[in-house]
Amino acid sequence: MIARVNSIQSLGTVDGPGVRFVVFLQGCNLRCKCCHNPDTWECSCGSEFTPEQIVEKAEKYKEYFGKEGGITLSGGEPLIQTNIAIEIFSLCHQKGINTCLDTSGSIINENTEKLLQVTDRVLLDIKYTNDKQYRENVGCSLDTVLEFLSILNRMKIPTTLRQVIIPTVNDNEENILKLKAIAKAHPCVDKIELLPFKKICQTKYDNMGINFPFGNLPTPTASKMSELNELLK
Amino acid sequence: MQHTNWNGFKEGVWQNEINVRNFIQTNYKEYKGDDSFLAGPTKRTSDLMAKVQELFALERKNGGVLDIDVDRASTVMGYDPGYIDKDNELIVGLQTDAPLKRGVNPFGGIRMARQACAAYGYRLGDTVEDEFKYRTTHNDGVFRIYTDEMRMARKCHIITGLPDAYGRGRIIGDYRRVALYGIDKLIEEKKKDKQKLAENDFKYEVARLSEELFQQIAFLGFTKEMAAMYGCDISEPAKNAKEAIQWTYFAYLASIKEQNGAAMSLGRVATFFDIYIERDLANGTLTEQEAQELFDDFVIKLRVARHLRTPEYNELFGGDPMWITEAVGGMGKDGRTLVTKSSYRILNTLYTLGSSPEPNLTVLWSVDLPENFKKFCAKLSKDTDSIQYENDDIMRPHHGDDYAIACCVSAMEIGKQMQFFGARCNLAKLLLLAINGGYDTTSGIHIGPQMPVMDGETLDYDEVMKRYDVYIEWLSKLYVNTMNVIHYMHDKYAYEKTQMALHDTNVERLMAFGVAGLSVVADSLSAIKFANVKPIKDELGYIVNFDTTGDFPKFGNDDDRVDFIARDMTHKFITELRKSSTYRNAIHTLSVLTITSNVMYGKHTGATPDGRPAGAPFAPGANPMHNREENGALASLNSVAKISYEDCRDGISNTFSITPDALGKTDEERVDNLVSILDGYFAKKAHHLNVNVLNRETLIKAYENPEAYPNLTIRVSGYAVNFCKLSREHQREVISRTFHECV
Repeated sequence: MIARVNSIQSLGTVDGPGVRFVVFLQGCNLRCKCCHNPDTWECSCGSEFTPEQIVEKAEKYKEYFGKEGGITLSGGEPLIQTNIAIEIFSLCHQKGINTCLDTSGSIINENTEKLLQVTDRVLLDIKYTNDKQYRENVGCSLDTVLEFLSILNRMKIPTTLRQVIIPTVNDNEENILKLKAIAKAHPCVDKIELLPFKKICQTKYDNMGINFPFGNLPTPTASKMSELNELLK
Repeated sequence: MQHTNWNGFKEGVWQNEINVRNFIQTNYKEYKGDDSFLAGPTKRTSDLMAKVQELFALERKNGGVLDIDVDRASTVMGYDPGYIDKDNELIVGLQTDAPLKRGVNPFGGIRMARQACAAYGYRLGDTVEDEFKYRTTHNDGVFRIYTDEMRMARKCHIITGLPDAYGRGRIIGDYRRVALYGIDKLIEEKKKDKQKLAENDFKYEVARLSEELFQQIAFLGFTKEMAAMYGCDISEPAKNAKEAIQWTYFAYLASIKEQNGAAMSLGRVATFFDIYIERDLANGTLTEQEAQELFDDFVIKLRVARHLRTPEYNELFGGDPMWITEAVGGMGKDGRTLVTKSSYRILNTLYTLGSSPEPNLTVLWSVDLPENFKKFCAKLSKDTDSIQYENDDIMRPHHGDDYAIACCVSAMEIGKQMQFFGARCNLAKLLLLAINGGYDTTSGIHIGPQMPVMDGETLDYDEVMKRYDVYIEWLSKLYVNTMNVIHYMHDKYAYEKTQMALHDTNVERLMAFGVAGLSVVADSLSAIKFANVKPIKDELGYIVNFDTTGDFPKFGNDDDRVDFIARDMTHKFITELRKSSTYRNAIHTLSVLTITSNVMYGKHTGATPDGRPAGAPFAPGANPMHNREENGALASLNSVAKISYEDCRDGISNTFSITPDALGKTDEERVDNLVSILDGYFAKKAHHLNVNVLNRETLIKAYENPEAYPNLTIRVSGYAVNFCKLSREHQREVISRTFHECV
């Protein structure tokens, strides 16, 4: 079993609780217009590691994890390599390493529950709160994501709902209140994080010679972010 | 023995012998709570600090020196009492008769004193010139017996920063002894020790020690007289917290009047003071506010301490640091933490007085420290970038639980160990010297074993290593002997009388060697081993550059293939050093620390096989080379953690800059994550970490407009500096360092 890895970051503090070893897996089924990692889309590239090798690397940082930290599988979309993820997380649990899955929740298959059984927390990137925007700007339906969330809820997996706030697209009260309602309807959600849209990835698009669909949109102001965060309280 | 000023203290062997550690252990009260008890600055404190800030601004305006007293050589009793604001000071005493006025200390070398005066528009007074005309300084002594090869090694910068023209420093007196016992008792004990020597044959060692004791006794007397000039009688033990701090400060003050050592550290005073503060608080004679005020006032005194240096020295070290290092926290051998409320109080001065490089506050980190204290320290790092961390769990087994840090990273047991400071040698330059068969291309000097320049289309790893070993062996011997010369002469002509009086008579001596350019060497050897390194020769046939093709592992990525090259290099070097015997049987130690001289080392070193161009700065201390870390901050930390403290008992310095965003999203998360990082790094048996939490943009703004950021403090290498006091070159180098950013 071979994992395709885009990159590894030994210190991650923004993708899950505490200090985390973050593995960005290669390949994504979506083409979000706001994506900041277009270099992770293509499924066939990336470096190859066995799950054992990845866990061996993560273990070198165990001392730094403290009470909350551990490993985070991000991407790309880690669910594309669900079997790999199961293997990695199972090994981590054997070694006492906390596991966190950063996903769009857009792939559900016969192995989903098996993966969630060895997942300590899910960061569910719910990109929009209406189906139209999902189909236009992501390329999948909101329903799949909500179904994924209901599985998390049923299995009682602690979940952080995350959403990238993009000016003129979803930086409005209606969207935030809907997000809040979704969270409320799913008790597994214990945290909502609004992430400001960023454009430092522009150079990645330029290097790849492709268009950054939302590249012409502004980034949200700090005051806008705190205004929206207020709505969540 | 009992003394009325000791009333209320628990009894112990400390009453019958000079034993500050025992006094602390029997009397201190550990504190595991949070920082909520702390008091802010009073109006008096803020007004006094404002006056000091005005003086600092004036000093900067004057080109870095406010005033110099050129008419006398600095001595313990040489100046009338000086004050910042006499009626509003709680702790008194200045080095000269006015704040920031520098004394001249020619005992280490008259030439440097003369040059320093001239550089700031002064002329060294005739009285001093006449007095030193027939007097041998340390510098005179050294140059009388330096061999030709030692001079050449110094000239071509393979060994640099030698303490041969000013005070060697790195010695910490146990200043607390004066507060606990009073001067008279200390004199009495030293007299007894001197008396006891009469039982021996007066061979060289005995005669020397006997004269040293004579000097120690004399200078304890001078310290007492100096205090009397300020209206304080320090012959008896301190009777309250204010006196304890004042007595201790007088002892430190006498030392920095007598000596201009490169680094003159304070030791470990906070928990000692805490015992007196707790007694006063219990008596109802002191409030929390007043306790903080005592610390504030004491720290203000430390912040105005100055030595007169040449501009070259200031340029090298980024301003004119004193390395007044105070070790805070740590654990006791019995498992209790040595953190007290006063550990908080002294750190709190960074809030009450604002951030500052001095005193050099150094937290002795243990995984067992109270969680609250860990968080307070992390918060301070995040807010002020002014503190550094050192691993108590690896130092305590060697130095016990009453050690302190001299300079940046050098541990020694207080009052029981001293150090012969040994500057450092340039390992990267040595590699080039080996490749060129004993020719230094930057200075044009032939030195060391002479052999042909290495040939072949590409450099062969085994061949290079074989060569390198020969040169390491040669340099180690030369290096030890150069140190022996310097320290023999320093003892003879500039002996630290006050500081050594505050040590046990029979001390253990450490001789601290150092290396610079470790990551350059590791990456260069890695390039030779894993990539293709083609030497490029000049018209004379010497290798002056390299064409390196192919990828190779680089130090700072947690890759054993190169990290072990660095680790093995330090092991090899200390092993070689140990083969040459030292003056006064000092124990060989080794540091990986450059201070800010990494820029100067780079300047004097040709292009290296790792791709570093000729003249480009090295990374500081044990840091990976700038921006070669590809796997993030923890991978970088893991690489440095592999260098063994057992080989580098004088310290392994690592400076770490991280942006606030990369530490977490909220202040609370940032504090918690920094605690986790420190716990992890030190659990890996790493030794030292400077932490800066800041954005590169802040530094760029300060670079463009230094006047707007007079107090911007950053950790550089084992100490902190005011960013605006760094040379432009250093500022650029600091900006170009790796900042671990959010991805």
